[in-house]
Amino acid sequence: MTIVENAVAKLQRELGESVLSVEEFRGQTSVTLDREAIVTACQLLRDDPELDFNFLAALTAVDYWPSEPRFKIVYELYSLANKEFIGLRAQLSNESPEISTIESIYPNANWHEREVFDMFGVTFKDHSDQRRIIMPYDWEGHPLRKDYPLGYEEVQFTFNFDEIDKRKPYAKK
Amino acid sequence: MLEKSVEITVDELRHLVSDRALEGETMLLNMGPQHPSTHGVLRLLLELDDERVVTCVPDIGFLHTGIEKSMETKAYEKALVMTDRMDYLNNLGNNLCYCLAVEKLVDLDVPERAMAIRVLLVELQRIASHLVFLATHGLDTGAMSIFLYCFREREVILDIFEMCSGARMMTSFFRPGGLWRDVPDGFEETVRSFIESFPKRIKMYEDLLTKNPIYTHRTKGIGAISSEEALKWGLTGPPLRATGLAWDLRKSNPYSGYDRYDFDIPVGVNGDTYDRYTVRIGEMRQSLRIVEQVLDTLPGGPVRSNNRKFVPPPRSELGHSMEAVIHHFKLWTEGFSAPKGSVFVAVESPRGELGCYLEGDGGPKPYRVHFRTPSFATLQTLPMLCKDHLVADIVAIISSLDPVLGDSDR
Repeated sequence: MTIVENAVAKLQRELGESVLSVEEFRGQTSVTLDREAIVTACQLLRDDPELDFNFLAALTAVDYWPSEPRFKIVYELYSLANKEFIGLRAQLSNESPEISTIESIYPNANWHEREVFDMFGVTFKDHSDQRRIIMPYDWEGHPLRKDYPLGYEEVQFTFNFDEIDKRKPYAKK
Repeated sequence: MLEKSVEITVDELRHLVSDRALEGETMLLNMGPQHPSTHGVLRLLLELDDERVVTCVPDIGFLHTGIEKSMETKAYEKALVMTDRMDYLNNLGNNLCYCLAVEKLVDLDVPERAMAIRVLLVELQRIASHLVFLATHGLDTGAMSIFLYCFREREVILDIFEMCSGARMMTSFFRPGGLWRDVPDGFEETVRSFIESFPKRIKMYEDLLTKNPIYTHRTKGIGAISSEEALKWGLTGPPLRATGLAWDLRKSNPYSGYDRYDFDIPVGVNGDTYDRYTVRIGEMRQSLRIVEQVLDTLPGGPVRSNNRKFVPPPRSELGHSMEAVIHHFKLWTEGFSAPKGSVFVAVESPRGELGCYLEGDGGPKPYRVHFRTPSFATLQTLPMLCKDHLVADIVAIISSLDPVLGDSDR
């Protein structure tokens, strides 16, 4: 039994119903959890002396708009002792994109969660410093959402010159 | 679709500084983003008690270019070009990380020769990156001459990159499935002459700094952190190894054939600015060892995978094979499709763990690309490292972390 298999078994034993699915793709295991269980799961994976997943390697999100559940939060944990990665996933709906922060277990989640908040508009319950991190503080919208336009300037031709000119933001008399 | 504009009140920002700042006992000072010693566009809000730092609040994002968003709109092979522009001192390392992720996602093989050349070039890139660290770190601590020496040697490495790819920095030389092309004639001699001359140069840098009392006074005991704290706060790479913890992804989770080469992991003792410097000097020596071993054992053969569904056919086949023309056309118009699923790949960049989360949706464009960049993670530890130090020390600490803002903001 490898460390990752062991971790999955322990998660299933401790969390029961909260482990929604276990997926293996290209040799990497990811466990989808109920969002309420994420803190407990991280705590278990970090504090179990056998598993010892003591490093949060990455934290990000994916937007599946327009399908539901809309957001997937991605956690990649690493164990220095066992040299193994394990992925945790949590799905959030469009109505309440909120999940508990894992700052208390991995303090470096602070900035990563701020980035997810900034880019996806997912809020983290009990986060100590939930501000935008990359975009300016007064920015509107969340750029990495799939319904956020990439943004470009429309080309003005003779036939649509006036129409586009009306929408241009530069100063007019 | 867009929410209403957000106003930030003073109350929401109050937790960033201590109560003494509100009573006017301490001074709030803005440093950057256009400060020469913040290595790009890093802004710091400092709370100072006389000249001691009480708190330091890093503010990043000035170099945000939306690379992750842009990559979602490009085919897999075309999105590669964006990775060059993230960490502009580690272009080939970014290429490698992204290529490994794509190769894992579509289950693509890479020929032996391509893997060896990748390792060689990435190690040269590591030396080039550490040379920029050494140059700017020296400059920030008051040693002017080392800046010029380091940039002279870096130019030799950039010339090697130019020889291979045609570009000094934005190389895009690694492609999913191998390399853009084989290395040119005269490549081996050029690299060998660099390997021969470089150890003398490292010794010269050490003569200039390692025992220099002006330098050691500015760096020993400055910005120290323990292994546990460093790991907790996501510090990786040379700053983590300076604390004495020998974790290197090239050793622990070897990729691209690193397990075939013999090298050591230099570690420090105290985790301070001086140790971060000695670790990087040691890493340059180890990188040279790897480069030499790769050159000695460089296998022959092709440098691109033979899987035509993902890698375009060689030019010579286009003249007489209809199938080659079809593959060429398909790959350069639509691009290849990746299956539904996600992978996470982590490599050791000169700054620490560089991770790539890549998700495919069955189409020719990545559904989501995320880079876990080492500069983003290391900048988070800056408040801890700077606490109770002088303003002048902040400059030494920032440069010893060696952040690249293009890397942290993406």
